[in-house]
Amino acid sequence: MQTYDLEANGLRGLNSTLQELNGSSNKTAWEIVNPKGSHAIAVGLNSPVDVTVKGSTGYYCAGMNQQATVRVEGSVGPGVAENMMSGTVIVEGDASQYAGATGHGGLLVIKGNASSRCGISMKGIDIVVHGNIGHMCAFMGQAGNLVVLGNAGDALGDSCYEARFFVRGSVKSLGADCIEKEMRPEHIEILKDLLARSGADAKPEEFKRYGSARKLYNFDVDNAQAY
Amino acid sequence: MDSNNIPRTVPIQSATFSNPINAEIRRASATGIYDIRGGGAKRKVPHFDDLLFLGASISRYPLEGYREKCETKVTLGTRFAKKPIELDIPITIAGMSFGALSGPAKEALGRGASAAGTSTTTGDGGMTPEERGHSTKLVYQYLPSRYGMNPDDLRKADAIEVVVGQGAKPGGGGMLLGQKISDRVAEMRTLPKGIDQRSACRHPDWTGPDDLEIKILELREITDWQVPIYIKVGGTRPYYDTALAVKAGADVVVLDGMQGGTAATQDVFIEHVGLPTLACIRPAVQALQDLGVHREVQLVVSGGIRTGADVAKALALGADAVAIGTAALVALGDNDPKWESEYQKLGTTTGAYDDWHEGKDPAGITTQDAELMKRLDPVEAGRRLRNYLKVMTLEAQTIARACGHNHLHNLEPEDLCALTMEAAAMARVPLAGTDWYPGKAGF
Repeated sequence: MQTYDLEANGLRGLNSTLQELNGSSNKTAWEIVNPKGSHAIAVGLNSPVDVTVKGSTGYYCAGMNQQATVRVEGSVGPGVAENMMSGTVIVEGDASQYAGATGHGGLLVIKGNASSRCGISMKGIDIVVHGNIGHMCAFMGQAGNLVVLGNAGDALGDSCYEARFFVRGSVKSLGADCIEKEMRPEHIEILKDLLARSGADAKPEEFKRYGSARKLYNFDVDNAQAY
Repeated sequence: MDSNNIPRTVPIQSATFSNPINAEIRRASATGIYDIRGGGAKRKVPHFDDLLFLGASISRYPLEGYREKCETKVTLGTRFAKKPIELDIPITIAGMSFGALSGPAKEALGRGASAAGTSTTTGDGGMTPEERGHSTKLVYQYLPSRYGMNPDDLRKADAIEVVVGQGAKPGGGGMLLGQKISDRVAEMRTLPKGIDQRSACRHPDWTGPDDLEIKILELREITDWQVPIYIKVGGTRPYYDTALAVKAGADVVVLDGMQGGTAATQDVFIEHVGLPTLACIRPAVQALQDLGVHREVQLVVSGGIRTGADVAKALALGADAVAIGTAALVALGDNDPKWESEYQKLGTTTGAYDDWHEGKDPAGITTQDAELMKRLDPVEAGRRLRNYLKVMTLEAQTIARACGHNHLHNLEPEDLCALTMEAAAMARVPLAGTDWYPGKAGF
């Protein structure tokens, strides 16, 4: 285990050190101490390393992650794992706005609650939130899965495309063009896998599925009120 | 009196309800949808044509055109980036997406710009290998939609342009209609084929200048602080937007006036939102000067740049470089009279064709139709663009020498006068024959 004191050694040194790991180094496990809410911690990683952040972070922790596993033993600020391509990001606490925004792949697990716009414009990422999520989550979501064990706020999935949303609790309201959909066997399988990988104690059968009604895919003046 | 001989009132067209306005009312009534089109504002607004250079006189002597050098090089990104972009000419190619443009058209832009020693810019939809391969200097746009955005391409870029807005539609998103969403475009954007692809008007993971500063920190951390970071804004509040871009950590501010083109936006947006390019430059330069970073944070101006005179005027007002989009497309072959019969079949004519979003471009530039795009030879079109860029540069040098300057950046507002009160007020240069402009203190 390699330990990096962020307060003592600075952000640039941390990210350049982690970014230079190319999979051939034996330094595959890292612990970052004294994060103290700093921004852009462990961004742009591109190797199968394990990074544990001992405390809470600011904006964009694990942004654009590829391959790496980043675990935050605290809460995260806005945009955790934004535009993640692959790998795994686990937040033991809560997440602020835009968690997993525009993510293309990988798995983001939030053990606490996620704020508004979680999964905004998601493009293939899988997100599992053990608690509740705020309003406007998965706005314009294109692909991937958003799983919520708790409740969802207003306007879930507004103007979404092909992303899937699974919510166990209540949904305060659905956004434009987002509807409840049939839970088919293939969806149960997707959920079973994601729940297992994220360490969530829930059964797939307890969830409802939501997604696009596909009525806004091509402009129609009769839908003008929805635009 | 013979009733046939009574003088009659001649038919008078209403200036308010003109034929084009009435035609638009009829079109809206029939279709129920606003008009979407490409390009920038077509209305007449104060522009560089309303300015003149004064040239040399007894108080200033000119440089000999064929003997004395007039430099054109410009470096962008000197504030924070380890590797600023060095261009041979201060004319860059503005962001235009693969999707809006065909693959061959993007290749032609790369070929022409590279041959002229300048940069091209990606657009909404990400970076294509062809574009990277044919552009020696490529600026990667970081847009609200983040279509095709990935850290590998980010690191391949020579600069990153965070797009906050553009002149054709400041405050608005984009729309690529379904007919242009081919298999490849759909795959790059992670969307189903054939749907109308909406681009968000606002970034998904930051709002406001404080967030933007942190976003730029993240981008720099991911790219090892190597490449310059531009911030592009549409011309609306140029003083404050420039100041806030500087505050957020920009290396370069790109300022796009309302004549700047778009691939597809509502006509009402293009014509009624934003500022003319001429009105944007001086407030932006003022902001840079007030912050003590003029020339340290470079200013790139776009929107209606067509000639070397436009380039020289933009630089004289304080810009470090300009960007061209529509003019580059025309150089490639857009709106060429040789396609007139086909323009007429589409209900338009040479020079007026702006339905770039429909994907039926006879010139094969703004299309994803496999047959139409074959009409554009990227090598030949690239050569035309290179020639055009060279001519604009020569024109700007000619003017600079006539004003006594050995570098285009030495052009200054004192070299200019204005033909109209409006242009004098916007450019803050004297009305021709006077030493006064509206708003000047002491009058």
